Amino acid sequence: MKNKATQTAKKLGLIAIAMFGFGYLMVPIYNIMCEVTGINGKTGQISKSEVRLEDVDLDRLVTVEFDTNVNPNLPWSFKAAKFKQQVRPGEIAEALFIVKNESDNFVVGQAIPSVAPELASLFFNKTECFCFVNQKLAPGETKEMVVRYVVGSDLPEKITTMTLSYTFFKASEDNVAITKQDRTKKIKENG
Amino acid sequence: MSEAVLHDDHHDHKPTGIGRWLFSTNHKDIGTMYLVFALIMFFVGGAMSMVIRAELFQPGLQYVDPQFYNSMVTVHALVMIFGALMPAGVGLANWMIPIMIGAPDMALPRMNNMSFWILPFAFTLLLSTFFMQGGAPAGGWTMYPPLVLQLGDGFPYLVFAVHFLGISSIMGAINIIATVFNMRAPGMTFMRLPLFVWTWIITAFLLIAAMPVLAGGVTMLLTDKYFGTAFFDAAGGGDPVMFQHIFWFFGHPEVYILVLPSFGVISQIIPTFSRKPLFGYTSMVYATASIAFLSFFVWAHHMFTVGMPLAGELFFMYATMSIAVPTGVKIFNWMATMWRGSMTFETPMLFAIGVLFMFSIGGFSGLMMGITPVDFQYHDTYFIVAHFHYVIVPGIIFGIIGGIYFWLPKWTGNMYDEKLGKLHFWLSTISVNVLFFPMHFIGLAGMPRRIPDYSVQFADWNNIISIGGFAFGLSQLLLVWVVIKCVRGGEKATDQVWEGAHGLEWTLSSPPPFHSFTTPPKVTDATAHS
Repeated sequence: MKNKATQTAKKLGLIAIAMFGFGYLMVPIYNIMCEVTGINGKTGQISKSEVRLEDVDLDRLVTVEFDTNVNPNLPWSFKAAKFKQQVRPGEIAEALFIVKNESDNFVVGQAIPSVAPELASLFFNKTECFCFVNQKLAPGETKEMVVRYVVGSDLPEKITTMTLSYTFFKASEDNVAITKQDRTKKIKENG
Repeated sequence: MSEAVLHDDHHDHKPTGIGRWLFSTNHKDIGTMYLVFALIMFFVGGAMSMVIRAELFQPGLQYVDPQFYNSMVTVHALVMIFGALMPAGVGLANWMIPIMIGAPDMALPRMNNMSFWILPFAFTLLLSTFFMQGGAPAGGWTMYPPLVLQLGDGFPYLVFAVHFLGISSIMGAINIIATVFNMRAPGMTFMRLPLFVWTWIITAFLLIAAMPVLAGGVTMLLTDKYFGTAFFDAAGGGDPVMFQHIFWFFGHPEVYILVLPSFGVISQIIPTFSRKPLFGYTSMVYATASIAFLSFFVWAHHMFTVGMPLAGELFFMYATMSIAVPTGVKIFNWMATMWRGSMTFETPMLFAIGVLFMFSIGGFSGLMMGITPVDFQYHDTYFIVAHFHYVIVPGIIFGIIGGIYFWLPKWTGNMYDEKLGKLHFWLSTISVNVLFFPMHFIGLAGMPRRIPDYSVQFADWNNIISIGGFAFGLSQLLLVWVVIKCVRGGEKATDQVWEGAHGLEWTLSSPPPFHSFTTPPKVTDATAHS
């Protein structure tokens, strides 16, 4: 009887360990859910060659608005050169952002993008972005940064306006960003 | 040889001195220690709530600064949930499950000792944070990042305390399942188990499935703060909302971990004092199991306002609503048990009926919040505070107190003072409603939770709530007095104690011998509970 009880206890202990693992498994599950459904406004990345395959939709214009935020821990100012622009779905567009380091030190920042409404984020892809890598600014340095993006021509008709929002965070050396772009790239590379 | 025979004969042999408790492997002693520990923590957490209510007695800041107020709110919750409610439930399980199923002890007595003695160490870690740079945890018991990461030196102590508490309760749960699965007396089939045992099996499975997920979540917090990971740090590609998903994946089953043992207790009490078998025993077992199963699919109703897609909000709304069905089955079964029973209203029965009434109030306000569109109004207001205190205080704590009154004569061999018991019930019931009911009103009017100050329009109700709070706190001292008085003496209890009591535990003497059921009893339909 004692032996049987120990056996039961061991099996249950394994379940507990497996559930500890499941807690960690929720992290990739969450990220995949977000990418597939567009929750969180996570955006995608595509190469220029892929853009060429897109049909440009000449019949309609979509308004893209730009929103900029800076985390309080980062002593930078950050704004969009133009508040909004109109683009044709399927066409590469370009937007300019201006960032300035207001402090007396070298600071590394990392921008995190988000697109609203969530549905639109599934059709919003960037070919080039300052958010793909860390940005290092010298004391008082001002930098113009560019993002090139394309709104998919399969964007649902009912979406006429979307907002691209960036938040700049302070990035430390040991906190090198593994952004969703890297992950998307990996997913793409793996087929 | 003769000594060994003598030893066997001397049935009630027990170790003496402090060693009896420190090294105890006896389920009754460990159960007693769990219950005493829970009672102490109940008053520690209660003292913190008294600080909260004193501060909220009037608008403006009176006695404590906002940071300390926030740590009171946070640590009150942690102490009450992990220190009072869970150990009280485990204590009842330790005492009652072996004698209910006819086992000589728990299956793994040494592990039983360990899982108890981890608790004082865990709470020493947690409570020591009050004396540290940066103070005690103040970001809410839910430990949401990034706020919780701003805690000072106390942060790793909080995380390790949660780890220890998790390990302790997982070991306790494993022990309970191992006991029930392997040590039932001959004839004690699963469908003859008393319902208290059933609710504890299911609770134990919930513990094993949910606690490790919390342990994982807080480990991620720890590595985020000290080892440069970015699970919840947006700058590193993480997401703070993900913590809420992980936390509530644990947190919602945790709600049922707390409440199911209380359901089990009142499923024993109500048939006893209605002098009828429990109505719908089988449906009770299945309803409890369905509640537990569904509890893993509703977690996001705690976070409707984080910005989920519509489909997600709808899914979690309907899933939440569906839990009302098995819960309703249980409530109606209890009522049907009382129907045309020859009822008497001793203190345990009063507490059980109190659970039925007031848990339903909490259940209904829970349904209101389960409706996504209206939840946006209730979220983080005093309405939610009213809701979960209704399910926890008159729902769970009343159930546990009812169980204490119910089994106290069995444990001590003496009847408790019935007059004082009834007085305790009525004082508690009146004050608990004065304490928590008006919180619905100020919540709907928009008073936010976890804030030490409030707009003057809420002053009158807060006044009344605080008075109810002090009255409830003081009333609980009566429980301590009744228990002490009962332990010291009183009218001798019979073996059966209550006229309508059935089951193996009532065939033992009161108090039961230190080692009981060393030869397993034979269980037949006639001697089984149902």
